[in-house]
Amino acid sequence: MDQAGASSPGGTAAATAEVSWEQLHALIGANYVRPAGPADAVMGVASQTVAEPADEMQLAAALRWANEADIAVAPRGGGTKLGWGNAPRVLRLILSTKRLNRIVEHAWADLTVVAEAGVTFGKLQSALAQHGQRLAVDPLWPENATIGGILSTNDSGALRLRFGGLRDLVIGVTLALPDGTLAKSGGKVVKNVAGYDLPKLVTGALGTLGVITRAAFRLHPLPPAEGRTLTFRAGSVSDANRLIVELQGSPLAHTGLQARARHDVQPEVDVRFDGTPAGIEAQCTTARKLAAFAVETGESAQVWNARQELWTLADTAAVAKFSVLPSRIAAACETVRRAAEKGGMKWKIVAQGTGLGWVRLEAAQPADIREALVSVRAEFERGAGSLFIANRPAGSGAIEAWGSPGDAYPVMLRVKQQFDPRGTLNPGRFVGGI
Amino acid sequence: MDARTLQEFRAVVGERGLITSAEELHTYECDGLTNFRVMPEAVLLPESAEQVQAIVRVCHRERIPFVARGSGTGLSGGALPVEHGIVISTARMNRILEVDLTNQRVVVEPGVINLDVTGKVSPHGFFYAPDPSSQSVCSIGGNVAENSGGAHCLKYGFTTTHVLGIEVVLPDGAMVHLGGRTLDTPGYDLPGVFVGSEGTLGVTTKVILRIVKRPECIQTLLAAFATTGEAGAAVSGIIAAGMVPAAIEMMDNLSIQAAEAAVHAHYPDCGGLLLVELDGPSAEVASLMERVNEICLSCGATEIRVAQSEAERAVFWKGRKAAFAAVGRISPNYIVQDGVIPRTALPRILEEIERLSAAAGIKVANVFHAGDGNLHPLVLYDRSVPGQEHAAEELAMRILELCVEAGGSITGEHGVGEEKKQMIGKMFSEPDLETMQLVRCAFDPLQLSNPSKVFPRPRLCGEKPGRYEPHPLETAGIAERF
Repeated sequence: MDQAGASSPGGTAAATAEVSWEQLHALIGANYVRPAGPADAVMGVASQTVAEPADEMQLAAALRWANEADIAVAPRGGGTKLGWGNAPRVLRLILSTKRLNRIVEHAWADLTVVAEAGVTFGKLQSALAQHGQRLAVDPLWPENATIGGILSTNDSGALRLRFGGLRDLVIGVTLALPDGTLAKSGGKVVKNVAGYDLPKLVTGALGTLGVITRAAFRLHPLPPAEGRTLTFRAGSVSDANRLIVELQGSPLAHTGLQARARHDVQPEVDVRFDGTPAGIEAQCTTARKLAAFAVETGESAQVWNARQELWTLADTAAVAKFSVLPSRIAAACETVRRAAEKGGMKWKIVAQGTGLGWVRLEAAQPADIREALVSVRAEFERGAGSLFIANRPAGSGAIEAWGSPGDAYPVMLRVKQQFDPRGTLNPGRFVGGI
Repeated sequence: MDARTLQEFRAVVGERGLITSAEELHTYECDGLTNFRVMPEAVLLPESAEQVQAIVRVCHRERIPFVARGSGTGLSGGALPVEHGIVISTARMNRILEVDLTNQRVVVEPGVINLDVTGKVSPHGFFYAPDPSSQSVCSIGGNVAENSGGAHCLKYGFTTTHVLGIEVVLPDGAMVHLGGRTLDTPGYDLPGVFVGSEGTLGVTTKVILRIVKRPECIQTLLAAFATTGEAGAAVSGIIAAGMVPAAIEMMDNLSIQAAEAAVHAHYPDCGGLLLVELDGPSAEVASLMERVNEICLSCGATEIRVAQSEAERAVFWKGRKAAFAAVGRISPNYIVQDGVIPRTALPRILEEIERLSAAAGIKVANVFHAGDGNLHPLVLYDRSVPGQEHAAEELAMRILELCVEAGGSITGEHGVGEEKKQMIGKMFSEPDLETMQLVRCAFDPLQLSNPSKVFPRPRLCGEKPGRYEPHPLETAGIAERF
């Protein structure tokens, strides 16, 4: 099953015990339980069965049944980011949230929404747009990604700079725990400090503590007019970094700020303004003054697709998310460049003003990528940063998806053991083998 | 407490850092919620994280419960001592350790006063956004414990939005670092669950804060309405117009009177007063302020003023920020409550409060963070009238029930603490609360850190979960685990 002798911090569920799947049929209906196919594998680990419960009660019942039968479970939403994280140690059941697809309540006058986990981001945004509102995040593959999956992978884009990450926008969740408990925390009002903030705890937890069955979010109004994006070409990555730091240190209220750098062209910096036409105009003027040392090259909102475009995957590419101090974006680019050049690789970076960024490495030999990622991660960690490998090419060898979780790792382990003592949920997929 | 333990504490914090005399201990027997009082066995005033760690290690070994305390301004009894326990005051851990303007981060000790962070960075055009009304005296450590808000969290978010990393001494004495200087550090979002845990998961010893660039322009408008209903309609209009003001505050007539009596903010005498603050690029603020003005007029505003100077703006805010204390001018005793409702439920809830208030013969003044539905009813009473305190407490709790029934919360920023732990069950089911306490069991299985707060009943943490060790047969590949 897994690496022999490896210690399994989250406990482990069995791989091959005989199971009476009929019991699962009885819980959620035989029509919604089917054998898993090759497309259902998670990072090369095949599952036996896929189940699609109708609602959160069924989902919780199925999870409890699996937990008691020691069946390892991977929750799945749209399946757009199943390659993120570590390969599961073992997997037998995929619990899909596909049918949990209701928008429960859009209280537009209160700027909140409650939706089930399987609602796709695209569906949610269209519904919210009817009242001139949005959930102010820009995740990858919005048409297929579900809110449960977006939360579990903590996938945020350029809007994070102005509106905060998912952790700042999620105000409540309902969780199905391995023992079948359906527990809610938070609520559906924006301001609320009653009880522990579990919505934040499960954001980015990759489904290892419980299955998110519904979530409530605070919303923002859609910008009143089409925003404007300015793009500047910088002479070097340090000039690009300088521009980012200056824009961030200015009183401008931009809603996006990113640097794009790659092996073969000069870096560019994009900044976006939303708001009233007069406000946008005045801010563009200020931004141009600040960017006097760079060359303005265009105005196109297309540049905000750059993050997603990193995923036009060749078999030989890896994509990783990094986090560094905003002042160290240039240093991060240099680190990537050195490592890539050493291995003769192409590289691309999209780095946001928050210090979060994404890097794509492309090599002729997948094995070279591993070495580059390891050295880049070590360098980032020395500067208080981190590197999370979201996608890696086949043949690049085993490499932990996250780096060091630091001295709080024992606490994380204890949290996992409290929520999922039998190690049923996504065993081995999270940080440090959790 | 036995002499040997006291001697051990003295060795850690020195003679000056240990309080054991009854008269000095009185200062610590309550926090801002003064109707709950417990005498601690001792109060310790450590000067460093290492001293905190040494204290907590002793507590863990001796099973002595401890309560961390910042400035003691909390309004839910979160810093109320526990029987046979000690208080760890962070008052002497008040250094700002690092200011990194480029990355907009500040590292502080927990005893640093909220407003001092802004004081430190404002010459460079930055501010620290969470601004509870007590910001001139409350501490960052206390803010972290309570996830404090303030008038401007409508736009800028709460303490949790502005805390990137926390150094914590766990209840077993281990020191760990949650989060860090950069975003999305690997692993569970432990700062997310630690902020707002009301001191029940450990003691904060350092905090990495995010600071914010001061906007180019800030404008504050004050509008008077005949009723809170009309003022509420104006708030709805502003939100519906797609604006996110930096703050929208509402006061009713009784709270206006109190504020006037206390700080002479020259508020108009009216039924409902709105304070609306917009910030951002000047051109943007100017055009949006015009819209706000129109909306207020169309909702029946009888008077509108826009602050013409920073000084005038400060006066507008002074009345609002002083409102809680000001109520002391019009009533000998009062309870500050903190409930949240979906904002649109405001007219109905205010009517209900008025009805309950009349029925009980107890006055209620209302101060309201109107943008995010956070209501602060001030329940006025006279302790010297037999039965009135009890009636006031009952009324305050009934108001919270109304909030829950409307789909809201029993607390938006003051915390559950001691005061509302019996109320939290109205909002969450038993399984919800049990699930939250799984976190408690992971951090503090012995329930030493601020025990008996937040939850009506502690969860039994059961046997201490151990690290899973594979069976030798598994390791040898002979058997798999079932």
